[in-house]
Amino acid sequence: MTEAPPRIAVVVFPGSNDDRDAALALEGLGAEPVLHWHAEPELPEVGAVVLPGGFSYGDYLRAGAIARFSPAMSSVADFAADGGFVLGICNGFQVLSEAGLLPGVLRPNESLSFVCKDIPVRVERNDVPFLAGCELGQRLTIPVKHGEGCYFADTALLQQLEASGQIVLRYDGENPNGSIDDIAGVVNADGNVMGLMPHPEHAVDPLLGSADGALILRKLVESARERQLAAA
Amino acid sequence: MKATVLVRPKPGILDPQGKAVEDSLRHLGFKVDQARVGRVLDLEVEATDPDQARAEVERMCAELLANPLIESYEIELAEKS
Repeated sequence: MTEAPPRIAVVVFPGSNDDRDAALALEGLGAEPVLHWHAEPELPEVGAVVLPGGFSYGDYLRAGAIARFSPAMSSVADFAADGGFVLGICNGFQVLSEAGLLPGVLRPNESLSFVCKDIPVRVERNDVPFLAGCELGQRLTIPVKHGEGCYFADTALLQQLEASGQIVLRYDGENPNGSIDDIAGVVNADGNVMGLMPHPEHAVDPLLGSADGALILRKLVESARERQLAAA
Repeated sequence: MKATVLVRPKPGILDPQGKAVEDSLRHLGFKVDQARVGRVLDLEVEATDPDQARAEVERMCAELLANPLIESYEIELAEKS
């Protein structure tokens, strides 16, 4: 009997637009993606969750501020509290930070311009599960495309994040949005929730210019597989 | 009861929109030291007494209308005219 592929929920909000790309990328890495409409409060049986990129609720008020009240979000919070792996990409990162599942906040880009380009990011920690497939200091090329990706945390929070090793990715060379301390990605204190502005799902094949995103997504697929096996 | 909420970027927080407005005003010849751009929300709240209305709007600000990491807010109340 062949082992069932790990199931990963991709939560679809009104205005999500990278949900299908995330699903395709996960499928390519051996997972079975499950698109999950945000209005359904109960998550299906899955081993991991992705909050995809896009413009949920048109970025009204503040990006992610309204999506965090979607019915599915309390299940996502429960899933994370239970140790499940949750990855927020771009708008997903904004939603997770507004929901308080990740520290800090994403603000409009310093330039006020939408930015869309391949960008180098540096792996600051590889002792968090999401980045265990990368070398410390490795330079990944992953595209960004956002108008509100300027990460902000006040001095006290920044010191706390530095001390606890929660700043896991930084822009390397070019900071596309004015993020404080070049921060491109953070994890929660337990390391099972990660948010990043670059889009790993758009960098899973050399044909797309880079396959570096697969280094991150593959770890998500593995963690989903482990969780599913543990539950079986 | 009518309530107006003024949401502002906290002092010290970089406000690129305010900076762009400030630069444009200077470009037009106005003498401006600083411009900051916030947000105004006009609400109609179901409440008869101002204390209750204020408490309700405070909760709205805490839960949704402002992000305390970067924004401060003020609440103004007025009887429905």
